[in-house]
Amino acid sequence: MGTTVIDIKDAVVSYREDVALRGVSLKVESGEFVGIIGPNGAGKTTLLTVVNGLGKLLSGQVWVLGSYLTPGNGHALRKQVGYVPQVENIDPRMPMNVREVVMIGRYGLLGLLRRPGKHDWAIVDEMLELVGMSHLARRPIGHLSGGEQQRVAVARCLAQEPAIFLLDEPTASLDWKAQAGILALVKQIHDLRNLTTLFVTHDLGALPMACDRVVLVKEGLIWREGPPDKLLTDENLAQLYDMPVPVVKKRRGEVI
Amino acid sequence: MDLSIFGYQFMQNAIISTFLGGVACATIGVFVVLMHLPFIGVCMSHAAFAGALLGMWLGFNPLIGAFAFSLLAAAVIGPLADRGELSPETSLGVIFSFMLGIAFLFMGLMPGTKAGALELLWGSILTNTRGDIILLAVVAVVVVGLVVIFYKEIQATIFHRGMALAVGLPSTVILYGILFLTGATITASLRSIGGLLIFSLILNPAAAAYQLTYSMKRMFLLSAGFGVLSGWVGLLFSYLFNIPSGATIVVTSSVIFLLAAIFSPKRRVKRWQEKPALEKRP
Repeated sequence: MGTTVIDIKDAVVSYREDVALRGVSLKVESGEFVGIIGPNGAGKTTLLTVVNGLGKLLSGQVWVLGSYLTPGNGHALRKQVGYVPQVENIDPRMPMNVREVVMIGRYGLLGLLRRPGKHDWAIVDEMLELVGMSHLARRPIGHLSGGEQQRVAVARCLAQEPAIFLLDEPTASLDWKAQAGILALVKQIHDLRNLTTLFVTHDLGALPMACDRVVLVKEGLIWREGPPDKLLTDENLAQLYDMPVPVVKKRRGEVI
Repeated sequence: MDLSIFGYQFMQNAIISTFLGGVACATIGVFVVLMHLPFIGVCMSHAAFAGALLGMWLGFNPLIGAFAFSLLAAAVIGPLADRGELSPETSLGVIFSFMLGIAFLFMGLMPGTKAGALELLWGSILTNTRGDIILLAVVAVVVVGLVVIFYKEIQATIFHRGMALAVGLPSTVILYGILFLTGATITASLRSIGGLLIFSLILNPAAAAYQLTYSMKRMFLLSAGFGVLSGWVGLLFSYLFNIPSGATIVVTSSVIFLLAAIFSPKRRVKRWQEKPALEKRP
């Protein structure tokens, strides 16, 4: 820890008529594990896409890994930033196997006109081993379950050998066991590689407590941020999600 | 066996043309099928048809009109596909009907005989000239060449545009490149296959290949093979029974798709996926 790797200043992002982020500032240090929590439509995903340059800034500045983001340097930056998007349906007939999908992670680094070599395939196999998917390496990607596909997405991200790891609700729509598995995997990878990680989640159980810091996002603004044990009180969550305190208490009791 | 079919110059030209057109169209078809853009191809082929008719009416080269119009369609359609809207079908339907409308408008405004215009609609591969063959050859070589050179970028973009963008690939440029190639292929094949039928030669061979393999490389090869096979078998039937070649080519490609769908190993996907879960249940 120590050096700042992400520095967002007064970021404003808008899609069509809606303002998704209305002046957000956030600093993240190298090796930090940050949880981003908030209701649907609060701007959590947009906050992540600002870091890898996919979200277009109306105003404000974003400084990532030593340079300011401009419309021109997004491609170069994204090669160093791993991004696991929300679970999406993959065509079950897609003619690609798991290994080939993980290799996509290395395509940006390889650059135009260069083909993946032995070294690249070795990294792909290593990452599949790490996420526990080696036994499915030759399966068509569309045949995997949601949890397995998210593990593959994590492997693809790691094959990129990123300096920053962004995860957008990687556990949404997964069953309880698959959720726990993915969370444990992400935490394990963070600890193993000391990888700066930004994690968007709805899960209020185990993971947020493992974060170094949580950021609560509401209506396009950072509402509060701080250490999870102080911030994730029933009262704060009730305000964040606009629900009565007893309901939050009851729900959290069920989860834990 | 009667080999007289190979004896005629026009037949030799047609055999070469169907080979080149089959390869180019079927390769484009893989993009159309895997990126779920079938309606876009239909839109672009009708735009090309309208453009060619405009050229005929105003007296400039119909192919230039066809190319300009299909690119125009791509410029309108591209952003719809790029934004990943949930159902661009409605907008595409409007563009499609508009293109068909102005095509027939141009045809109506055209003075004199409409034979040339109808030929563009149905295609006439048997009258292909050396110039047509050279154009088809250039397009086929460019399409196949670009797929080979940029295979990994294309593969990633086909799999998931957002993901390709997130790993640092210029997937928007690739998407528009694919639309551009689609326009060029449609234009080059318009005279041979015809504006109404060209799209089946794009879609059917790739759709058939899609039923048969889980390897994208093999899908490109199978699709090209089916494209050429459709063209050649179609030509043979056209020659033997003296019926329009565009129609026999399209019907052949549809039959190939039907056979592929019937014998597809992918039809068993569902059962195969469910089986392990059933076994685990106590």
